[in-house]
Amino acid sequence: MDAKVAVPSKLQARNLNFYYGKFHALKNINLDIAEKRVTAFIGPSGCGKSTLLRVFNRMFELYPEQRAEGEIVIDGEDILKSKEDVALVRAKIGMIFQKPTPFPMSIYDNIAFGVRLFERLTRAQMDERVEWALRKAALWNEVKDKLQQSGTSLSGGQQQRLCIARGIAVRPEVILLDEPCSALDPISTSKIEELIEELKADFTVAIVTHNMQQAARVSDYTAYMYLGEMIEFGETDQIFIKPARKETEDYITGRFG
Amino acid sequence: MTATMTTTTIQSEAMQSPQQALRRRSGQVGDLIFAGVARLAAVITLALLVAIIVSLVAGAWPSIKHFGLAFLWTAEWDPVQQKFGGLIMIYGTLMTSLIALLIAVPVSFGIALFLTELSPRWLKRPLGTAIELLAAVPSIVYGMWGLLVFSPILAEFVQQPLQNAFGSAPFVGQLFSGPPVGIGILSAGIILAIMIIPFIAAVMRDVFEVTPAMLKESAYGVGATTWEVVWKVVLPYTKTGVIGGIMLGLGRALGETMAVTFVIGNFNQLSSLSLFEAANSITSALANEFAEASPGLHEASLIYLGLLLFFITFVVLALSKLLLLRLQRSEGKRT
Amino acid sequence: MSAIGLNRAVVDRVPMHRRRKLVNVIALSLSLAAMAFGLFWLLWILFETVRLGAGGIAFATFVQSTPAPNVEGGGLANAIVGSVVMVLLGTGIGTPIGILAGIYLAEYGRNTWLGHITRFINDILLSAPSIVIGLFVYTIIVARTRSFSGFAGVIALALIVIPVVVRTTENMLQLIPNALREAAFALGAPKWIVIRSVTLRAAVAGVVTGVLLAVARIAGETAPLLFTALSNQFFSLDLRSPMANLPVTIFKFAMSPFANWQHLAWAGVFIITLGVLALNVAARVLFRKRD
Repeated sequence: MDAKVAVPSKLQARNLNFYYGKFHALKNINLDIAEKRVTAFIGPSGCGKSTLLRVFNRMFELYPEQRAEGEIVIDGEDILKSKEDVALVRAKIGMIFQKPTPFPMSIYDNIAFGVRLFERLTRAQMDERVEWALRKAALWNEVKDKLQQSGTSLSGGQQQRLCIARGIAVRPEVILLDEPCSALDPISTSKIEELIEELKADFTVAIVTHNMQQAARVSDYTAYMYLGEMIEFGETDQIFIKPARKETEDYITGRFG
Repeated sequence: MTATMTTTTIQSEAMQSPQQALRRRSGQVGDLIFAGVARLAAVITLALLVAIIVSLVAGAWPSIKHFGLAFLWTAEWDPVQQKFGGLIMIYGTLMTSLIALLIAVPVSFGIALFLTELSPRWLKRPLGTAIELLAAVPSIVYGMWGLLVFSPILAEFVQQPLQNAFGSAPFVGQLFSGPPVGIGILSAGIILAIMIIPFIAAVMRDVFEVTPAMLKESAYGVGATTWEVVWKVVLPYTKTGVIGGIMLGLGRALGETMAVTFVIGNFNQLSSLSLFEAANSITSALANEFAEASPGLHEASLIYLGLLLFFITFVVLALSKLLLLRLQRSEGKRT
Repeated sequence: MSAIGLNRAVVDRVPMHRRRKLVNVIALSLSLAAMAFGLFWLLWILFETVRLGAGGIAFATFVQSTPAPNVEGGGLANAIVGSVVMVLLGTGIGTPIGILAGIYLAEYGRNTWLGHITRFINDILLSAPSIVIGLFVYTIIVARTRSFSGFAGVIALALIVIPVVVRTTENMLQLIPNALREAAFALGAPKWIVIRSVTLRAAVAGVVTGVLLAVARIAGETAPLLFTALSNQFFSLDLRSPMANLPVTIFKFAMSPFANWQHLAWAGVFIITLGVLALNVAARVLFRKRD
């Protein structure tokens, strides 16, 4: 199935297969993630969308029973086979998780954590970077007077934006969002959706969501997955208004899933 | 926005600079060192066990060579004549632990039942904590209390009446002969029981608590009484864990030193089966004699005893651990 | 005759049901009795310890060293100081090893053979007779140096601390959700930084609790000191010779026939119990605050 996009593509998956032990979780995935656009992954629970996301930043390598075959190409290089230190790959591709995961340290240190791993900045430079990241994540005004307070003292929605700021601070090129709003209330959710709209000016975004309306609202391209296979991929408007495949239509209209 | 974008592009190129190469290297080196040190610490734990076994065998060797396995069933302990046999101490250890189990298991079961089925919710934690505090009290406190407070009372209110009632009965009377002064196997057994109750009760309570509610509700649903649910459903379901907990308690009872030493009487003779008779356990023999033992066979025999004790407790604890692991696995709970 | 809908009145009159109810009541009463039984011993022991021990506490107890038998006065100062020194040193040596091994088990060795064996062995060492540990240290240190020493006592205590700290550290680290670790990895952090700055930090309250519990455990241990540090009549901070400590001193005094020694033994028991219970309560409070 052909999942090409008109705009230049930043990240491509070619003949990707993924296994949890003996279980074949992703089957022959081929797709392009468009540069500086938002691509959404939808599908029922267990279809493999989060699994796919976790292949992109080689997060699966933390667990010995999980293995990937195929290619993941970013900027022309296959990162699955690359000899490059996986830490650098992960710095280029950021990830935000379902539940907010603030580190047990101050807000400032949360943001600075990733930066300190790779860059040696002066205090003034670091302050600047922290402010930049917090502004980008639409959190600066709310926390600028309490940067030394613990990251866990914020509300759920604020914590998630803190995690986004933390992910942005290291200046990745791609941002992966794994159901970032599923633990948040509607108001925080809409704030984050606005944020995603702005982020795509600077970053390539891929988002997994079980909320179809969200996918329709924020994304430019949508991929529908089922049981480990990519069923359909295309521009969001086209997928939601006139899906090419019956399975997609059934899912979108709620007939199942 | 454009300005920041330019800075972004410039700085991403800068990110491929030697600074980053430097960090990357230190990350990998740091990982190697840290992982190595952590693994070393784990190996030390392992090595400890091996070292204990080896040094005990080495220390006991003169006695092992001299007495061999007969040490296990020889009831003689004569430092003057250099004749040693461990039966007295082994008997003392086993007997006191047996008495302790006989008392502790039903009581722990009752406590676990109470905590899981009967206790009002607000009482569960304080009571559970109180029982756990029993475990925290150091054994020397038990020992001293046992000697100076408990044993006179035991003598007067339990041993003497028992002796008066059953002392002349056939068979059973043998158990209750001997001086009823509150010292001896019975006292040590009772105090050990009190000490191991919190351990067994805690394990039982934990396994009772993770019995699926649906299982219990199905039993209640057909009209079973609380007792029947626990005895006929919960206990069989948790039996592996319960046995594991009992063996854990046994392991502790076998190895307990101070509580036993104070009240067992330190008497190196095995003349009767009486529970009231003073005796010796492996731990109390070691506690009393080792510091002044003459090097040579005496010292080696004591270490031989220690080796035997270690071996027994190792087997008991290993079995307990295996049983508890098997229970966890069948529950589908993998930590 | 309908089999459905047993008439309650009918059922109650059935002898078997009446007997079942009786058995239930008896069993539950016995269970209540067992609970009371357990509490009874705890309260009696604590009560007697306070009654017999608190009275013997005076200022002198903390500043004067142990007296000769049948000499009035004196205190437990040398024993208290000796215990404090050995407990602190033992904890200081055992804790880092324990934490590192716990980190190995939780972060590196969850599924390796070394991890499984270490976990298994550690749990056995956790419950092993402490007198055997004392014997072990005797054979490797005291027999070699031909002298009892505070140092040997410290090592024996450290060997008891290690399994306790390993167990609690591993358990606490395992409670930290994987998402937190992954968030740090996702930023490109190397593993040792993830552990040091994120995982361990998040688990710090639990780990400290474990250390406190280990301290409480060794504060009251007598057996491992019986043939390592022995004890000392006088005040001494020399780790190379026998060192006074509270538990062994209590043992010696309690088993003696001298009244003043027995009084001091009770005072010592009171001090130890108070310290150990305080540490336990502090550990629990600290642990509960971490949410």
